[in-house]
Amino acid sequence: MLKTLGAQVKEFKAASIATPLCMILEVLMETVIPFFMASIIDDGVDKGDLHHIYMVGFAMLVIALIGLLGGLGGGHYGAKASTGFAKNLREAMFANIQTFSFANIDKFSTAGLVTRLTTDVTNLQNAYQMILRMCIRAPISMICALAMSYVICPRLANVYLVAVIILATLLMLLMMRTHHYFTQVFEKYDDLNASVQENVAGIRVVKAFVREDYEKEQFTAASRNLYKMFVKAEKLISLNAPLMQFTVYSCILLISWLGARMVVLEGLSTGDLMSMLAYCMNILMHLMMLSMVFVMIVMSAASGRRVAEVINEESTLANPENPDYEVCDGSVCFDQVSFDYHGNREHPILKNINLDIRAGETIGIIGGTGSSKSSLVNLISRLYDVTDGAVYVGGKDVRSYDLDTLRNQVAVVLQKNVLFSGTVLENLRWGDEEATEEQCRQACRLACADEFIERLSEGYDTYLEQGGSNLSGGQKQRLCIARALLKKPKILILDDSTSAVDTATDAKIRRAFAEHIPDTTKFIIAQRISSVQGADRIIVMEDGEILGFDTHEKLLADSEIYRDIYESQTKGGGDFDEKAGES
Amino acid sequence: MAEKVREFKGGRRAPQGPRPKLAHPGKTLLRIMCYLMRYYPVHIVVVVIAIFAGVLCNVQGTWFMKDLIDVYVRPLLFDKNPDFGGLAQAIRRVGGFYLLGVLAAFAQNRIMVYVTQGTLMHMRNEMFVHMETLPIKYFDEHPHGDVMSMYTNDIDTMRQMISQSMPQFLNSAITIVSVLVSMILLSVPLTLVTLVMVAVLLFSTKKATGLSGRYFVQQQRDLGTLNGCIEELMEGQKVVKVFCHEDQALAQFRKLNHQLYESAYNANRFVNILGPINAQLGNVSYVLCAMVGGVLALSGSFDFTLGSLASFLTFNKSFYMPINQVSQQLNAVVMALAGADRIFTLLDEKPETDAGYVTLVNAKRENGKLVESDTRSGLWAWKHVHQADGSVDYVELTGDVVFDDVDFGYVPQKLVLRNVNLYATPGQKIAFVGSTGAGKTTITNLINRFYDIQDGKIRYDGININKIKKADLRHSLGMVLQDTHLFTGTVMENIRYGKLDATDDEVIAAAKLANADGFIRHLSHGYDTMLTGDGAALSQGQRQLLSIARAAVADPPVLILDEATSSIDTRTERIVQEGMDRLMKGRTTFVIAHRLSTVRNSDCIIVLEQGRIIERGNHAQLIEEKGKYYQLYTGSAG
Repeated sequence: MLKTLGAQVKEFKAASIATPLCMILEVLMETVIPFFMASIIDDGVDKGDLHHIYMVGFAMLVIALIGLLGGLGGGHYGAKASTGFAKNLREAMFANIQTFSFANIDKFSTAGLVTRLTTDVTNLQNAYQMILRMCIRAPISMICALAMSYVICPRLANVYLVAVIILATLLMLLMMRTHHYFTQVFEKYDDLNASVQENVAGIRVVKAFVREDYEKEQFTAASRNLYKMFVKAEKLISLNAPLMQFTVYSCILLISWLGARMVVLEGLSTGDLMSMLAYCMNILMHLMMLSMVFVMIVMSAASGRRVAEVINEESTLANPENPDYEVCDGSVCFDQVSFDYHGNREHPILKNINLDIRAGETIGIIGGTGSSKSSLVNLISRLYDVTDGAVYVGGKDVRSYDLDTLRNQVAVVLQKNVLFSGTVLENLRWGDEEATEEQCRQACRLACADEFIERLSEGYDTYLEQGGSNLSGGQKQRLCIARALLKKPKILILDDSTSAVDTATDAKIRRAFAEHIPDTTKFIIAQRISSVQGADRIIVMEDGEILGFDTHEKLLADSEIYRDIYESQTKGGGDFDEKAGES
Repeated sequence: MAEKVREFKGGRRAPQGPRPKLAHPGKTLLRIMCYLMRYYPVHIVVVVIAIFAGVLCNVQGTWFMKDLIDVYVRPLLFDKNPDFGGLAQAIRRVGGFYLLGVLAAFAQNRIMVYVTQGTLMHMRNEMFVHMETLPIKYFDEHPHGDVMSMYTNDIDTMRQMISQSMPQFLNSAITIVSVLVSMILLSVPLTLVTLVMVAVLLFSTKKATGLSGRYFVQQQRDLGTLNGCIEELMEGQKVVKVFCHEDQALAQFRKLNHQLYESAYNANRFVNILGPINAQLGNVSYVLCAMVGGVLALSGSFDFTLGSLASFLTFNKSFYMPINQVSQQLNAVVMALAGADRIFTLLDEKPETDAGYVTLVNAKRENGKLVESDTRSGLWAWKHVHQADGSVDYVELTGDVVFDDVDFGYVPQKLVLRNVNLYATPGQKIAFVGSTGAGKTTITNLINRFYDIQDGKIRYDGININKIKKADLRHSLGMVLQDTHLFTGTVMENIRYGKLDATDDEVIAAAKLANADGFIRHLSHGYDTMLTGDGAALSQGQRQLLSIARAAVADPPVLILDEATSSIDTRTERIVQEGMDRLMKGRTTFVIAHRLSTVRNSDCIIVLEQGRIIERGNHAQLIEEKGKYYQLYTGSAG
């Protein structure tokens, strides 16, 4: 993990090294100041040497100035290094995500990736800055102060050493215990917030079933539990401050007693005694700071692991070594194909599929939810790799093509399709960046999207919100189809892409396909029988198996399931879904 | 569509700039104090005393520094047989004070744990309990991310404020005052030197925070843009892959990422340099005091001794520390106040009003008359206590629903339903048909009083629904919503949500009725399978079956169904349909229909357009009319 993250420092190495160096400079100057203080008192005040006071005072001001430079440098480089590090982390993750296969994306989930790119990186940025600025500064400062006190008076300095060892041990124990508690607490805390979120999202269910009191009870109980755990954890933390004070006070008293005796009996200077007392705070404060930095690093370790996971994830799909850059036609062949998302050969979700489809054919696919229709077509553009067998496009195994080449020739309109914020035209040009406005219009005409786009306030230049939220479901689907058409693919796959489009328009789109892109092989997955019955051949699927593959008429005669679906939809079944909404 | 549940986005909202504008900071602060005092009056008093004690003990210690050298060391310097008795006594005395200080710190910290966590618990509970009473309208108007952010971000800032900032402020204030007094007592000229340096420090702090503030605003804006871009591209990552758009996505990301780096760097830089500047200003002040003090001590003017100088220098240091701490905490406090403001706004929201007094009771027939029954009898009645004379009427619950000239709008100025009249006799199935936004869902939301009507009347078994207690009204209505929401818990618990005291057998019977039993048994742990994240592991159809089972176990006389079948295939749909049909049997049902079969089997079909009923009748009649329904049915529209 550290290696992965460390590699992302890149161009900010200089800043990352300069930061601790500057901090050391600051610390050194800070440590020297009490030393000069002693000199002012001993050599200046005691001997009545005003000149000496001015000289040393002036020297101290210079030192403070150098310290300031160190501090400024540390702040400057620290900011540069940590924000730059965060930038590189985000970029490394994002770039690697772009190489992810669908299987990789499924593994992390969208929400997971977003958190890693945002919250986790922020945590690491803060931790990195802390490490650069404090991790070096605190121990050095502590050691310097300790060293200085040894220079002044070794016997008294021993008191500090003992105090440091005792306090460090205690703090360490305390931190380890609290860390343990806090990981538990934060889990519970997240659970509680998740339940609030469920309540907010499902408020209608809560109210419809009059479950407000039940939810309140559940929540208060969980909240009380959380309270108890928090108190337990924070009770330990609350020992920190008194423990620290106890040590500091004990040191002061001990030094006062021993020091005073030494001044009187052994000729230790009063200035030295005062310096010693000044170092006391310095040493113990930094020890405290160090323990806090330690906790912070431990806490951010989880974020580091999560970020490193994304950076190190290897795509499950790789380009072949000598890829083919040419897809000669739109024929598709499945040869003994089995597939499972987790590579399970015992119970694959697609079982022993054999298909032979000529270029230019229109293939309908129909079947129940979970019958793996989408999984079947996802293999054609190699969104996933087969578990067994092979899929051929244009006569060649899909695994022999360059991925971009293959996907540019096999256009998929996904079931869960997404539009991006930007104008209609910009969205369309995802299909083909060079497309002229006329080509875009033409694609929209084929997808029956032209009429509604022209009615939008600014036509093709209308700005679409994130996710296309200012369009209706049917409008989004038609736009997505147009976008895919612009790729001028050899194979076009519509995965339930007209479910929100009314039947008449649906039919119109299919007619346009038959007329204008006759050479493109078309796969149409649909729930409505009317969407597929005009296809050249129809695949009937159930539980990952192909139960029938033939024309509408023949299936009607031979396939019981197909007949069943047909009858349920035409005789009293069918879809009343918002046909009017689209007009 | 106002009734569509908005998607919950992200959850963590970035704080809005470094210093959000506050409307009434004083008022909010006062309210927080009142809140603390309400639950923990004794605790707070003890903490305040402890803080006072702690500070005073500390000051005592600093005074001791002065005496250490002047009284206990110097006089002994030339003594042949020095007597350390006085010193030992002084150390014992100061040791006592220190011990008291440590105890005070311990008490303060320990008690604050209870106060902080307890207050947060009370606040969370109060927020949640209050939130549950709010009308649906509130949830329409507030994005879920914003509501969630109160439970996470705002509560977190409150924690910091209560546990750290508030004691810190008090501590600092007392320290500053007591140290200032001590300094003045020691030496007026040196105090002036110190104060001049403090002024310089405050000035530089103000400058630096002003500068960094500008960049912070920029940073927050860039962070928002980048996070938006990340969210969008991650959401659409599969589409990016399908269109081989990786390089463009990366280029877009890089640009925003670099922008954020620049502003974050600048913002952090100015915050970072504030610390060293202030620290060195403290050192300069220290040096100046040492020089001036040295001169003063040498000349012996103002009664100033070396011991005084030692103490003064310690005071000088302990004077800077609290000022620095306060200035560093200031931002945190302002953010916490803004958070508290949002929390209090939530707590001040008006809850759903319920003036209903007609209740739902179990009933039985005795001599042809309805009387109340203690046991679940299967027969329900409305208990109507007349307000005028206190006499009690029982009306049998049959599911007779009448809309009489109902007008409604989510906002008063904009009506979405106009002059709606409809009647459903017990056991009838009423189907609503029409395009998106025609008002279908809205009508069903009025029956259970998710929203209150503007004009007209809705009667339920002859009773104006405003007179029925909301809880009882909703108990009598079963709902299957379009957006199925499942809760974290087992399948069994999720179904039992419909009737909390249902036995396992009842739950399973309901699941069988809803046709959900089959798939549930195939889940890894059957009915004990844990569902998380709104049932993310289930398909849309399965989730819908569960929500039907949930309604079935409640066994209500009236049903409101929002058929969301567009994402279910025909065969699953038939399974769902069968479940629904069984559920609808013998119950008055309002169904927002998307399927022809549902519509055709309805007793009455209501065609809505732009909030008005334009046609009504059964299937045959409406086909006859050759109106909008005919168009929809034959698909000749569009």
